[in-house]
Amino acid sequence: MAELEVVEPTSVAYRWYWTLPDYARIARMWVRASMAHPLSFAILTLSSLLMTGLDFVGIWLIFHSVDSLGGFRLREIALLYAASGIGLGVADLLIGSVEMLGQHIRAGTLDVMLLRPMPLLTQVCADRFAPRRIGRITQAVAVFGWGAWGVAWTPGKVLLAAGMLVGSAVLFFALFVGFSCIQFWTQDGAEFANAFTYGGNTVTQFPLSIYPRELVRSLTFALPIAFVSWYPGLVLLDRTDPFGMPEWFGWLTLPVGICCLFVALGLWRLGVRRYTSTGS
Amino acid sequence: MLAGHGLRLYPAIAAASFRRYSTYVWATWAGVFTNSVFGVINSFVYLAIWRQRPDAGGYDANDAVTYVWLGQALIMTIALWGGGTTDDLAERIRTGQVASDLYRPVGLLRWYLAADLGRAAYHLLVRGVVPTVLGLLLFKITLPASISAGLGFAMSVLLAVVVSFAVRFLVASTAFWVLDQNGVRMFSGVLAVFFSGLVLPLVILPEPWRTAALALPWACYMQIPIDIWLSKRSGMDLLFGLGRQALWAATLLGCCAFVVRRATRKVVVQGG
Repeated sequence: MAELEVVEPTSVAYRWYWTLPDYARIARMWVRASMAHPLSFAILTLSSLLMTGLDFVGIWLIFHSVDSLGGFRLREIALLYAASGIGLGVADLLIGSVEMLGQHIRAGTLDVMLLRPMPLLTQVCADRFAPRRIGRITQAVAVFGWGAWGVAWTPGKVLLAAGMLVGSAVLFFALFVGFSCIQFWTQDGAEFANAFTYGGNTVTQFPLSIYPRELVRSLTFALPIAFVSWYPGLVLLDRTDPFGMPEWFGWLTLPVGICCLFVALGLWRLGVRRYTSTGS
Repeated sequence: MLAGHGLRLYPAIAAASFRRYSTYVWATWAGVFTNSVFGVINSFVYLAIWRQRPDAGGYDANDAVTYVWLGQALIMTIALWGGGTTDDLAERIRTGQVASDLYRPVGLLRWYLAADLGRAAYHLLVRGVVPTVLGLLLFKITLPASISAGLGFAMSVLLAVVVSFAVRFLVASTAFWVLDQNGVRMFSGVLAVFFSGLVLPLVILPEPWRTAALALPWACYMQIPIDIWLSKRSGMDLLFGLGRQALWAATLLGCCAFVVRRATRKVVVQGG
């Protein structure tokens, strides 16, 4: 079999924005495609909204039995829940399709993508762009609005909240891309990533004070999911960390997210370099 | 058709389906891993709830954690999100290949039910047993206290799969009438996830939600089997739970048979 010349950017930071128009073109095409069956699209978007909506109804129902969870009230938990939900929602909308890497490898469509003069990651992420995922973001934004009502806002907190939401999305970007790379090695392993993406989302929906210290520590230093909503959330809610971490951890969401993204992109390149076609 | 024919045929279909699902080894382990991660997370959430309210829903903290792990163990067996052989059916209806299924000298419904039971057996064995054992090791979950609880649970899971199959079959059948059944499938999945009690045990819902949720067919998926395992349902209550599941299974399978008859006529019209 002929060797494929892999077109990969030499420096990720220097090239990524060049591919945005390409990404937008592919995404637009998929938006048109999903509107082909308008009724089905409406039901899918509504289901996506309802799926996450019922998720929060679940938490709300918990509060019929208890007044607080891990020392936090419902409105405070709403803020943590929404910060994590918005991050996951945005990442899922924009690059969630990276989960289908294994299918591309199996079907041989990855080879086709490698031949195109466009970074592979852009193509994989834009493929099957699903506008129905806006449903999840809408729900999370609504919950955030409700939770934010209880925050004593200052200019500093507004800045911190912005950093939290952007950083949370970047961190979930990294989790999606990084753990999808497993599929370069095992094409059937797509579900591994779910444990970290959707699992990471579920963990950070709640105040981390309900988990054991060792778990929170590993979610801070090993797989820094705690930065998604917990540390910035503590600052917004004027709380001190029950596990004794300093307040400035709340400002680290975006820097930590960017670091994780670089690690994920490194893994991606490692995977692409290792990739040999199935030949089909 | 000879009676002996079905005795060999349906187990053969089920066995073939069992083998088919057992080929995706990595997918299986990835799934087990994910179920276990969610098992750990939800266990801590439930422990926090039951620390505040040690008797919520008539469960104690140990019952609650057991509920979490059994729930994770059952997700795939009952194909909560959809999936299973009914997905193949939907695809075959969309492409028109279902016409050849209808020509077979075997009932469409029985064929897919047998295949789905084979799939469920595989998922119970692998994706069910591993999370249960992990829950036992990590959180010391409760085991069935009596033989009747154990046998009742086994019966109840079988009925749960049949009820879930019938619901999924009805959803897949919508493909006969609508071009893209994905919307209906996802919507039904959303309802199943909430009303099965995966999000929250139905017993801790406030009234009247609790009574309403327990009356719906989705309560057959997890709440009834787990209550039998936990001996929350024993004696007459156990039989009552199984009876309710059997009633739903029979009713929904009846609906499926009706839909197949109607759909068959439609396929003939289109083909002619």
